[in-house]
Amino acid sequence: MTSKTTRSKVIEAEKLGLTFDANDGPVHALKDVDLAIEKGDFVSFIGPSGCGKTTLLRVIADLEHPTAGSITVNGMTPEQARLERAYGYVFQAPALLAWRTIERNIGLPLEIMGLSAAEKADRVARTLELVGLDGFGRKFPWQLSGGMQQRASIARALAFDADLLLMDEPFGALDEIVRDHLNEQLLQLWKKTGKTICFVTHSIPEAVYLSNKIVVMSPRPGRVTDIIESDLPAERPLDIRESKRFLEIAQRVRTGLREGHSYE
Amino acid sequence: MTGFQRTIASLGGAAGLAAMVLAITDLGTSGIGLILGGILLAGVGLRHRTGVMPQARLDLAASLGGMVLLLSMLDGDMPAASWPLLIACWLVGWLAVEKSLAARDMSPTMSSIVSLAVPVFFGAWIIFVWEMLTVGLQVPTVLLPPPSMIAVRFAESTSILWADFQQTVIKAALSGYIIGCGSAFIIAILIDRVPFLQRGLLPVGNFISALPIVGIAPIMVMWFGFDWQSKAAVVVVMTFFPMLVNTVAGLQATQAMERDLLRTYASSYFQLLLKLRLPTAAPFIFNALKINSTLALIGAIVAEFFGTPIVGLGFRISTEVGRMNVDMVWAEIVVAALAGSLSYGLLSLLEKQVTFWHPSNRRKIQ
Ligand SMILES: Nc1ncnc2c1ncn2[C@@H]1O[C@H](COP(=O)(O)OP(=O)(O)O)[C@@H](O)[C@H]1O
Ligand SMILES: [Mg+2]
Repeated sequence: MTSKTTRSKVIEAEKLGLTFDANDGPVHALKDVDLAIEKGDFVSFIGPSGCGKTTLLRVIADLEHPTAGSITVNGMTPEQARLERAYGYVFQAPALLAWRTIERNIGLPLEIMGLSAAEKADRVARTLELVGLDGFGRKFPWQLSGGMQQRASIARALAFDADLLLMDEPFGALDEIVRDHLNEQLLQLWKKTGKTICFVTHSIPEAVYLSNKIVVMSPRPGRVTDIIESDLPAERPLDIRESKRFLEIAQRVRTGLREGHSYE
Repeated sequence: MTGFQRTIASLGGAAGLAAMVLAITDLGTSGIGLILGGILLAGVGLRHRTGVMPQARLDLAASLGGMVLLLSMLDGDMPAASWPLLIACWLVGWLAVEKSLAARDMSPTMSSIVSLAVPVFFGAWIIFVWEMLTVGLQVPTVLLPPPSMIAVRFAESTSILWADFQQTVIKAALSGYIIGCGSAFIIAILIDRVPFLQRGLLPVGNFISALPIVGIAPIMVMWFGFDWQSKAAVVVVMTFFPMLVNTVAGLQATQAMERDLLRTYASSYFQLLLKLRLPTAAPFIFNALKINSTLALIGAIVAEFFGTPIVGLGFRISTEVGRMNVDMVWAEIVVAALAGSLSYGLLSLLEKQVTFWHPSNRRKIQ
């Protein structure tokens, strides 16, 4: 990591905390989270469910407001970043609008940004192909399988083409083969575009395969317990997952997760 | 063939048999026609026990044949055998409908023809039985005139009916409907962002919806005069709140994730409204439009009972009842029913076009 000092910070969080006021008392979804994500990082967030992964992503996206600490996105407040359309967000569920075809769903953010029809059509066609949905553009979401719907929602975030991509368990509902394929595609996209990607997952191999930085989290209160820098080569064929280095990193993640659990 | 169908078939056949026997024992008044009709329907109904020629077409033809026979001899003194024959026609016709609805290997066009034909067939049957009973049993026309008499009156009074239609349906109901629904829609969008107005206005709305029309109508006549404007005002009052309540509910029906999605695009208030919230609200809005189309017609007609120029559906109904011209009353009812079903049907059609994506409409698109 020689260039570390020269790279600019995309996300910086200090002592970040968020407490929900639920009916049965406060829920500490995030507590004392310190985090620095640099431009071009591929960061995976991993941890048991309820440890605040989604909440952290939503704070970055200005969909949730922190109750303690500070956070900046591209050096701005999350709200400013959102208004500047600094990030694309892939939700856990497809969230496609039922009255729009797949094409028009992917075009929705472009429509809102006010792009020209030609530019829109071009980007829609390109991203459809990227996620392997060419030929399905004229279908309505409810005519596609759940996995295809999720791919359409990824295409929608990619068409938006922001430098920061926030993805909340985007492949959680997909089968293994599609998942492998999309993992490869995502890696290639990352290498080609140099986007900064925040990726929530609960699969250890997926986290190790994709990222150069793995943030291990643990619940109650939701906090970061370990940040693992991965030194796997940039070129990652799928069978790198059998390599010794890969398994070592995976082991470290597993240990981190287990330690997080023993806190309770 | 299901057990249910077999039961209908056997009952229909038995009724045909009964008609035949009655006609033979009373040959003088019944004539040869009723005997043949009885034989035909008995044969068609009972053939299902043997399983030969099971086509629904045959049942339909026999049923229609029996109906034509009955109509041809319709007068105030029907022989006893005609009543079991009527029942046999009904059962065998029902069987034909049951069988066509159950048929699986139908082309799409055929199945849409069937689904259209069933209500037509059903309506025709009601009119037919109505005619048979009122004429055959000599029901006093003041109580219930036969459809044929209403039809004649209708044909003779088209210019009066047309004027009444224009006065009540076009001027009063339609303009009131447009003003009521339109203003409620706009106000729903305006109060959507103001919780105070929502909390305050919706209970008031429920209160006003509960006001009896007999109380509102005279007040509106005092305010807006005798002509159609006061009737339109009644319609506005009646249609405003159903539309308001439904639109407000529809605007709140979006899902959190969809709202978040548009928030991540930094979309403006109007973009959110046009691209997410109004489409989500469309099924609710159409619900209100359909309810209101019926309410508007009722409101406009009833409001005319409380003072009106000498034209209009409600005026005509109340004066012709006083003169015992019940056939004219029924002709006006036909006009109202036609206007009501036509507008409801058009709205349903439009709804299917606009909310084709809604789970209840999806099946039709592949
Ligand atoms: N809107 C909310 N109100 C109250 N509690 C919430 C809300 N959203 C999340 N939580 C709680 O915060 C914790 C972290 O949730 P989340 O970020 O969704 O976890 P993860 O995505 O890691 O599974 C959980 O205990 C969850 O119940
Ligand atoms: Mg989550």
